[in-house]
Amino acid sequence: MSHEPALSTGAIGVEAVSMTKRFGDFTALDEVTLNVRPGTFHALLGENGAGKSTLVKCIMGFYHATEGGLLVDGHEAFVRDPVDAQKLGLGMVYQHFTLVPALTGAENLLISRADAPGVINWRAENARLEAFLDKMPFRVPLDRPTSRLAAGEKQKLEILKQLYLGSRFLILDEPTSVLTPAEADEVLGHVRALCEAGEISVLMITHKFREVTQFADDVSVLRRGKLTGSGPVSDLSHDDMAQMMMGHQPERKEINRTQTKGDTVLSLRGARASDRSGLKSIDIEALDVAAGEILGIAGVSGNGQTELMEMLTGQRRLLGGEIRVKDQPYGASRAEATALKVRYLPEEPLQNACASRMSVAENLAFRLFDHGADGRPKLWKNTRQILDNAKARIAEFNVKTTSPHSPIAALSGGNVQRAVLARELTGDVDLLIVANPCFGLDFAAVAAIRGRILEARNKGVAVLLISEDLDEILELSDRIVVMSEGRIAFETAAATADTAEIGTYMAGHA
Amino acid sequence: MSDTTATQTPPMGALLARWLPRAEALLIPLAALLCGLAVFSLFLLTLGKSPIDFYALIYKAGFSTAFSWQNTLSRVAPLLFAGLCVALPARLGLVVIGGEGAIVLGGLAAAVLGLAVVGAPPVIGFVVMAAGAALMGGLWIGAVGWLRFKRGVNETIASLLMAYIAIALMNHLVEGLFRDPQSLNKPSTAPLPEALRVGDMPIGIDVHWGFAFGVLACVISWVLMDRTTIGFAARIAGDNVRAAQVQGLPVGKLIIGFTALGGACAGLAGFFEVSAIHGSANGSLISGYGYTGILVAFLARHNPLAIIPVATLLAGFEASSGLIQRRMDLPDATILVMEGIVFVVLLLSETLYGRLAIFNPTFWEKKA
Repeated sequence: MSHEPALSTGAIGVEAVSMTKRFGDFTALDEVTLNVRPGTFHALLGENGAGKSTLVKCIMGFYHATEGGLLVDGHEAFVRDPVDAQKLGLGMVYQHFTLVPALTGAENLLISRADAPGVINWRAENARLEAFLDKMPFRVPLDRPTSRLAAGEKQKLEILKQLYLGSRFLILDEPTSVLTPAEADEVLGHVRALCEAGEISVLMITHKFREVTQFADDVSVLRRGKLTGSGPVSDLSHDDMAQMMMGHQPERKEINRTQTKGDTVLSLRGARASDRSGLKSIDIEALDVAAGEILGIAGVSGNGQTELMEMLTGQRRLLGGEIRVKDQPYGASRAEATALKVRYLPEEPLQNACASRMSVAENLAFRLFDHGADGRPKLWKNTRQILDNAKARIAEFNVKTTSPHSPIAALSGGNVQRAVLARELTGDVDLLIVANPCFGLDFAAVAAIRGRILEARNKGVAVLLISEDLDEILELSDRIVVMSEGRIAFETAAATADTAEIGTYMAGHA
Repeated sequence: MSDTTATQTPPMGALLARWLPRAEALLIPLAALLCGLAVFSLFLLTLGKSPIDFYALIYKAGFSTAFSWQNTLSRVAPLLFAGLCVALPARLGLVVIGGEGAIVLGGLAAAVLGLAVVGAPPVIGFVVMAAGAALMGGLWIGAVGWLRFKRGVNETIASLLMAYIAIALMNHLVEGLFRDPQSLNKPSTAPLPEALRVGDMPIGIDVHWGFAFGVLACVISWVLMDRTTIGFAARIAGDNVRAAQVQGLPVGKLIIGFTALGGACAGLAGFFEVSAIHGSANGSLISGYGYTGILVAFLARHNPLAIIPVATLLAGFEASSGLIQRRMDLPDATILVMEGIVFVVLLLSETLYGRLAIFNPTFWEKKA
């Protein structure tokens, strides 16, 4: 069987014509018309829940539009399922990676083919893959398990996979949410080049205006299922786009930073641990966070931030050095965390900070169920107290849930994060350790969560913010350090921070 | 999308969110049990036997008269304890299936300790025997928890393999070191004196005290799981171990503690088997209660209170085995086939949780 890793035979245009999708009474998509011209880069903007995902899922055949149609390459097309879409040359790169981590790049590419051979002649396949890569504007190492690739490389591999499968129209779903600005620019630059070369057309879902301006030809904006604007990017300013997205100028309330910097609360000295692969080590020579300041740790995903978080939460054993909180040795046991008032907001809260089968009320009780107000351990669970606490937190932090008894997994991402924040910020807190608090949340939730973190800082809480979103670090931090290859590579005050300089250290080039 | 649903929260929402999960936990296993029995009926039909006769005989032999209840209830005790040996670790997300090993070694420990304290007041004798059996079982299954926590050894496989070791160890010891020279055909430990035999409860039918203590153990386990902060912490760790670690909860202690507690229950089952039924430790201890206990715990959704009726039902099934053998000319193992089929259907039903619309609050809210 000779599968030619077909380099796409030219970009095709896709047009959604007056597309409507209803789920029961709910109209997720309301007569949306959107035209991606062949060989262009089209950006699709909109808040979470605006209908972007529904639209692309209708194009890809995951959903069938209730009304309206689809033109592919000028012909009316009915896409029954994603397999159909692939046959038509439509491909999609998802926000989260779909590579099999244990398999190499080459294996991932091969198994993605619908006609993957039962017995693989690796010599021949490798030669073909090599020939395919030669025609590509960028390369990715194909010989190692994809789990060892950096996020940017994985995303490039996802795009290569689509080209390898012969996609001529590519949907990118927030492709840069896991990348650094530099990686994002590189990946999107390559995509842009492929568009200009007439190989593919692209529809990219994004939240970032900067990417729209820099890379897209056209932009369409959805709001609550309706198309609120569309046109060439050159005709639209960021304010115009924001207007279309939000319906009104979003309020940008600057929370006052009160100058409350106090004593050092958290300090790491020579703290060492092995990384996840066990091959490299994490080595934090010196790191201090004082009361009333937010220390932002910037860095490309996979440079030891996850491990640092695990060291701080007691999930990763220290091989040397020490962690001190308020000048006392800290091992992250429950007693220590309670006594020293340390709270955590890990990334992906549903996976790392919640018991998904337990109720909202029970999840809100994790910090208080086992000791009384006096700090003495309790044997009997107080159901009344758990429920009262839940009602108060739900109201105070505006957590949207049907009932305190609902399983926490039934909540939307923003509300899970609000619930965890409510739990961790209630009571006396002296140290808050946060990782990627706003990943995947919509505009309103992001603003609320960041507001709470700043508020805590102003109350004198020492905040350690580990984030892969540089904008978030720049917005919230008083001081910024950059983590690269398990070490602190750079430190600067946020007020005088130079983004380019931070970027070079993040990329490990300094 | 989410803001629209939240603003029109119906007043029954809270009620539904609270009760639907309980209805789900009751109705799905019940339906699985009935489906399993239906499939088993087909099996009977292929043998040319009447399912109606079969179930009528189960009722007759297990639940119809005082005598049949006596037959049933005397088999409940080991199933209650064996069920707890599965249900307690299950709270931490562990599937322990080697309760049989703890029963066997618990029984042996009780028999040997009983002989060692002959002459002491019976109260002391019983306490020593029961404590020894519980300790033995606790160490045995606790070791499974320790291996799991310290070395990441799969607890299901470890507990099963350790059950084989336990059985071999018991056989070895009753045929050697602890063998009563008088026991000729069936190697056994020396018989316990009458004073150290657990007797029947004063309720008119011959059911030994193990039943009462088994029920008590279920109630205590339920209180531990549902009413104490320890049980709450265990639920967190069982649901999401990473969240438990971030909360600083002592995950290792919980895992080892709950597995040891489960093992102690199974050890007590061995104690009651030896002291109330057999009078000595021998091969009769290997009776499969540990394995039936797995089915009990799964049917009960690992809820200790639900274990009581479920264990009674299954004890009734097992009690009817003899009558079915005589009246229907079916082999002894027929009941095991039935239990096996029910178990497979039950495991299949696990995939239904969270997928049936009628257990989803929005289904009812739309109707209202």
